[in-house]
Amino acid sequence: MPIGELFRKNYKYIELTKKNEAGKLEGEEKAVPSIPDDLLIKCPSCSEKLYKEALAENMYCCTACGHHFRINARERLQEIADEGSFEEIDRTMVSVNTLDYPEYEKKIASYQEKSGNYDGVVTGTCSIEGHKVVIGVMDSTFMMGSMGSVVGEKITRAIEMADAEKLPLVIFTASGGARMQEGIMSLMQMAKTSSALKRFSDNGGLYITVITDPTTGGVTASFAMLGDIIIGEKGALIGFAGKRVIEQTIKQKLPDEFQTVEFLLEHGFIDAIAPREELKELLARILSLHQEVQ
Amino acid sequence: MMTIREKEQKIEELNLKISELKLIEENEGIDFQEQIEELNDKIKEIEDLIVKEMTPWDRVLTSREKKRPTALEYIQEIFEDFVELHGDRYFGDDKAIVGGIARIDDFKVTVIGEQKGMNTKDNIYRNFGMPAPEGYRKALRLMKQAEKFNRPIITFIDTPGAFCGVSAEERGQGEAIARNLMEMAGLKVPVISFIIGEGGSGGALAVAVSDKIYMLENSIYGVLSPEGFASILWKDGSRAQEAADVMKITAEDLADLKIIDGIIKEPVGGAHKDFKKVSTSVKEIILSELESLTKLNKSELVNKRYERFRAFGEFKIVE
Ligand SMILES: [Zn+2]
Repeated sequence: MPIGELFRKNYKYIELTKKNEAGKLEGEEKAVPSIPDDLLIKCPSCSEKLYKEALAENMYCCTACGHHFRINARERLQEIADEGSFEEIDRTMVSVNTLDYPEYEKKIASYQEKSGNYDGVVTGTCSIEGHKVVIGVMDSTFMMGSMGSVVGEKITRAIEMADAEKLPLVIFTASGGARMQEGIMSLMQMAKTSSALKRFSDNGGLYITVITDPTTGGVTASFAMLGDIIIGEKGALIGFAGKRVIEQTIKQKLPDEFQTVEFLLEHGFIDAIAPREELKELLARILSLHQEVQ
Repeated sequence: MMTIREKEQKIEELNLKISELKLIEENEGIDFQEQIEELNDKIKEIEDLIVKEMTPWDRVLTSREKKRPTALEYIQEIFEDFVELHGDRYFGDDKAIVGGIARIDDFKVTVIGEQKGMNTKDNIYRNFGMPAPEGYRKALRLMKQAEKFNRPIITFIDTPGAFCGVSAEERGQGEAIARNLMEMAGLKVPVISFIIGEGGSGGALAVAVSDKIYMLENSIYGVLSPEGFASILWKDGSRAQEAADVMKITAEDLADLKIIDGIIKEPVGGAHKDFKKVSTSVKEIILSELESLTKLNKSELVNKRYERFRAFGEFKIVE
């Protein structure tokens, strides 16, 4: 498939959900409010009305207040990968209905049609300001980026590829957690990806995690938190348990900044935070600082 | 149709009758042999029925039974010279995870257990067996210590799940679990795990990246509790029973999926009905697995564990 096709602008919808409404438990999906691309979009943070085209040009960040809209995997790759450098692997890997869960195939098919992807993560190789890396980008628009066998396998293969080819590994996380419809097999993906990262790490591989909105549940409790360097995209939600679950338990409303990358930075679990427009440059700088001198 | 509880009551009644008859036999010298045999047959019949009719939900309830033996009870029954070791060396000592060093026959081992309370008061002390990040970090510290001294590791799993709360988020519950998964994958000593009650999601997996995993017949292991599954997928937590049916969380289902290596039989009604027998089975498995796992060299052991977890997943490639 020609690389250009991966970047076709055929994404009709963008997401308008506020980040703090996303604090839901693993695998949960929600109706995503969406607007056809020729209309104005209201910023959920400052209520400014924005043209979609202007928004896209500004990396889907509000031109008035800087609010970061969620973006899908293809849009992310367009921003991070050097033009034309991305080569996808395992594109057509699809899930199997492990639990014989009713209507699961149908549900997957509808997400495939909507997103143009086969599951919740896109993996491959690309260069970032000239530095070649193996990259994985999770897609929260595909069943909330939940991790089932396909996401786990594709991430694991990406890790193994980075290990075999001695390339740095960069993973952008965005996930509601484990994919419930795949039951225990989705839980096992946490152990599988973490095991592969152990080998990669022992062999000296560099793994950079970029936490994007939202990252929760089983992904937080596995490869999201295992980077040698963990970067948070400004304002992104990250947590283990769903915010609502905790609120219900303690019968108190939690502040907006609870379970954000800023919160985790404060508590010592994240190395650095960057706004979207600075992510590529930051990644490139870190990569260059790990480059072997010839 | 009688419920399981009613059937169990019936068995208790019949057992009572038998002991009465035996007492009369002894005191009065009357022979009730025939009647006693008849009653025993009846008991066997009801027991078979209980086993046959047991649904996944019945097993969920049994796995959470108040009288179900907890990790410390297994540890005390199976091992000798147990020395409990506390704390994660960073923050505190989580009471929902216990650990220490002990002896079993000629083997010196490290033992770790997710610990539920043995009564209501104890349950509050143990946070209902829901470990905090410092619990997982304590477990990891003890596992690394085991590796240093070349001791095999035995873990007992029994948790509704990792603790979900503000403090757990602040102290990195996700990081703590992730770190355990990653580090357990590389441990150069044998790890044998037993799911003795509830195997709740990542909270269970965080001490179960093991070479061998066994489940008690009435324990469960899943991506989430049936209640959580039902409330997330069907927006109705009361459909937990239905969720238990589809989730494949029973020992039998998980053995079919090759997630676990074997099932330990329990007496009718659950492990607490004959703890001695159940703990003896657990001990026998530990000894026979230690016998074979300690024969592997370190890289064989780590590679085999890697292959085990590497293989999990079902997917296909389409055109
Ligand atoms: Zn704005």
